[in-house]
Amino acid sequence: MPEAKKEAAANADAKKELIKLGYSVIDDIKKGKNPHIELSVRGLSNVVYDKQSKTLALGDKTAQRFFFNVAHSKKFLQTIEIASITKALLDVNKHASLRDVFYMAKRTIPNTKINVVDEQTESDKAIEDLELITGYSRENLNVNANKMGSVAGKVVVEDSGDTIDWSKLGSGGWSIPSNVENIKFKKVDAKYVIYMEKAAVWERLHEDKFWEKQNCIIMSSQGQTTRGIRRLLQRLSSEHKLPIYVLADNDPWGWYIYSVLKFGSISLAHMADEMAIPQVKFLGITCDDVINYDLKRHFIKLTDKDISRLKQMQNYEWFVKHKEWQRQFKMMKDFGAKVEIQALSSKGISFISERYLPEKIKKQELLD
Amino acid sequence: MATTKAEELAKKQREISVAEFFEKNRHLLGFDNKRKALLTAVKEAVDNSLDACEEAEIVPEVLVELIDMGNERFRVVVEDNGPGIVKEQIPKVFAKLLYGSKFHRLKQGRGQQGIGISASVMYAQLTTGRPARILSKIAPNKPANYYELKIDTITNKPLILGDEAKEWDKPHGTRVELDIEGSYLKGLQSVDEYLKETAIINPHVTITYVNPKAEQIIFPRASEQMPKQPKEIKPHPYGVELGILLKMMSNTEFRTLQAFLTNEFSRVGPGTAKEICEKALVPPNTAPKKVSRDDAEKLINAIKETKIISPPTDCISPIGEELFEKGLRKEVNAEFYCAVSRSPTVYRGNPFQVEVAIAYGGNQQADGSINLLRFANRVPLLYQQGACSIYKSVTQTNWKPYGLQQSNGALPTGPVTIAVHIASVWVPFTSESKEAIAHYPEIIDEIRLALQEAGRRLQTYVHKKHRVKNQLERANLFERYIPEVADALARLTGESKDKIVKHLNEMIKKKEIQEEIMEMESLKGEADDEKADDNGNNGNGNGEKD
Repeated sequence: MPEAKKEAAANADAKKELIKLGYSVIDDIKKGKNPHIELSVRGLSNVVYDKQSKTLALGDKTAQRFFFNVAHSKKFLQTIEIASITKALLDVNKHASLRDVFYMAKRTIPNTKINVVDEQTESDKAIEDLELITGYSRENLNVNANKMGSVAGKVVVEDSGDTIDWSKLGSGGWSIPSNVENIKFKKVDAKYVIYMEKAAVWERLHEDKFWEKQNCIIMSSQGQTTRGIRRLLQRLSSEHKLPIYVLADNDPWGWYIYSVLKFGSISLAHMADEMAIPQVKFLGITCDDVINYDLKRHFIKLTDKDISRLKQMQNYEWFVKHKEWQRQFKMMKDFGAKVEIQALSSKGISFISERYLPEKIKKQELLD
Repeated sequence: MATTKAEELAKKQREISVAEFFEKNRHLLGFDNKRKALLTAVKEAVDNSLDACEEAEIVPEVLVELIDMGNERFRVVVEDNGPGIVKEQIPKVFAKLLYGSKFHRLKQGRGQQGIGISASVMYAQLTTGRPARILSKIAPNKPANYYELKIDTITNKPLILGDEAKEWDKPHGTRVELDIEGSYLKGLQSVDEYLKETAIINPHVTITYVNPKAEQIIFPRASEQMPKQPKEIKPHPYGVELGILLKMMSNTEFRTLQAFLTNEFSRVGPGTAKEICEKALVPPNTAPKKVSRDDAEKLINAIKETKIISPPTDCISPIGEELFEKGLRKEVNAEFYCAVSRSPTVYRGNPFQVEVAIAYGGNQQADGSINLLRFANRVPLLYQQGACSIYKSVTQTNWKPYGLQQSNGALPTGPVTIAVHIASVWVPFTSESKEAIAHYPEIIDEIRLALQEAGRRLQTYVHKKHRVKNQLERANLFERYIPEVADALARLTGESKDKIVKHLNEMIKKKEIQEEIMEMESLKGEADDEKADDNGNNGNGNGEKD
């Protein structure tokens, strides 16, 4: 079945699930029962680490959200409200961003000072809930994340009828769309992919033509790894068998970016099979790099928040028996400090592209 | 022969009469300024009226009238339905300082020293030159006696300027008229406030008050029940000081020290008396009049070392929880009232009892300090709050657990009136003008305990009020959400919005739903377990923005 048709079918099914949700609530109301929505518990307590697939999966704990319950009532309203918004999007076959959805839901309830949603995180959560309830991803509900990432490399793709050469897009590279399901790879000429959390580092490597010299793909996002990027990485890994290396800051948050890519995220554990890329490897910055490349001078003291985050990661099931990572955690704890990728620039502006990365990849100094 | 310096000085030395002394030290008696003078004049007259009525077991009805005569002069009229005063006593009662029935006995009462009303008379003659006018009648079939009186400030004797029999339509009672210099202001230390507080603490009294603007205010009684007449008691040895002991010994009729101790003090039997004498090494059969100052001091020390039972406490006449609450209820508009009467106890050999009443909410001001009312032996204390042990106890009590806000060492804030009453045979005031109660630890402790007990009752109410308010808010919340949810459901399914609204509105009245609204602990079992994931959002698709 062609991609576009497959998507249309998924959209139609997602819409059916949304309407089904509406009727289950109306059923309760007609029976005089406290209207409720049933959904899986999200969060660490209901996340299972599958040792075989090496990914996170959602457990079978479910919870009920009631309308006539002070603590649930507003969330109940938000869930139903967002469901009707996404259903309307599917009706007219248009796409909206997460921010759009937030504004579509945001309004003040008459005669009160209460808004249906106050912050975008609330509507975002509601969409994640709907993914759980319907079993379809946000993309199938016609809600897109924003284009946040850039990519460059010797790759040619076809997107919505246009042919795009990733090596001929100037200084900005190609903007990764939020939905990459319909992209077709025409040509892929690369030995590996480097994914980095920082756009500034990507710009450095792009200016140095690192992808050309090393015959690889460089990809970045601004901070968080959007789903479009994760899906693209996953397709490059599974369809083209390219190794994927992660370049992130030497701190708990940078390392968690790696963890999410490799194992899946805790809050999106329900989509782990679609999202996780178990083949991903961590390139740097490791605590060994800090010593080997003499970066101690650029230490930034760990905050209390950093330290508690580090402790949490140490205890994650997927790290707890991993000797190498436990060693890294301990080293960082002993340092009591973290280092940013850009610290490498102190050795020279192109030190990262000319020495650090080539050396690391040649020696295959990677953490699994 | 030239006179010596001492002889010269001796010419200038002469006896100072008590009246002269007080003329020069009138602040000691509460006449420091014009505003306070007006209040003191009213207060002394009203206190006397109430004491007289209660002693005669007459339910008091008091008229207070202030007439503005211009030029900062006021005519103060206080009239009661008391037993009246016999003709011969009238001049002495009103125009002789330190004449009274109350100084020589230990009994709970409003007045103590017998200077109050005559000091007012003196203040009147000092500021306006006018005599006090007294009208008193002791029985329906007898004429009323009318006097115009001044005080001879040198001899402390009454000067009678007028004396005649008059017709008065009252069966019995006394009317006092004084013209004094004063100033009339409303507020916390005003005549108005004093009368209002008097009405609170004396729920059996009706006061009719005509203020200088000729407006009539009536404080009606809340109860016909008269306070129990306090009993007179003998002093307890623990409360006796050397000077008093010497005076008592020189005045006593008893011939031996043992008999003196046994008969003139409470809780001293022959055995205890003997023990005291033995400890002091003074023979029990010594004549009291012959005990030397040194031996008297030994006796005082011996008393301290001897175990003596506390004095009887049935001599105290409290207001009682029910009446105290009633009194507060009729004068303070609030939504919740409670009162606590502690059991009587003892400080330095003097029995005393603490009572507390609290009024919460209603019309009272919510921001700012609470309103603290202080009373001693049924008399409001309006001055020197900060020096008073009642104030100290209230500020030292932690009111936060009871639902009031409070900064460290300050009065709590909130829409609250706290009234504290101390009844005692001898209230330890810090000065003659009887404005603040001295800081005896036993008294401060008792007040604190009473406040805490009342605080707990207040807490129960405040918490209940919050709960009810929360319940209303919840019911309200659901009602607001219903049209929104119904609208979203209608858009999602195509069902009729009105029908969904109707169903939901019916459901809200159902028992289970009402229970949910009432339920305090409804935060259990929330759908997602987000707390565990607080820090786990860094790598997922959350929070993406344009």
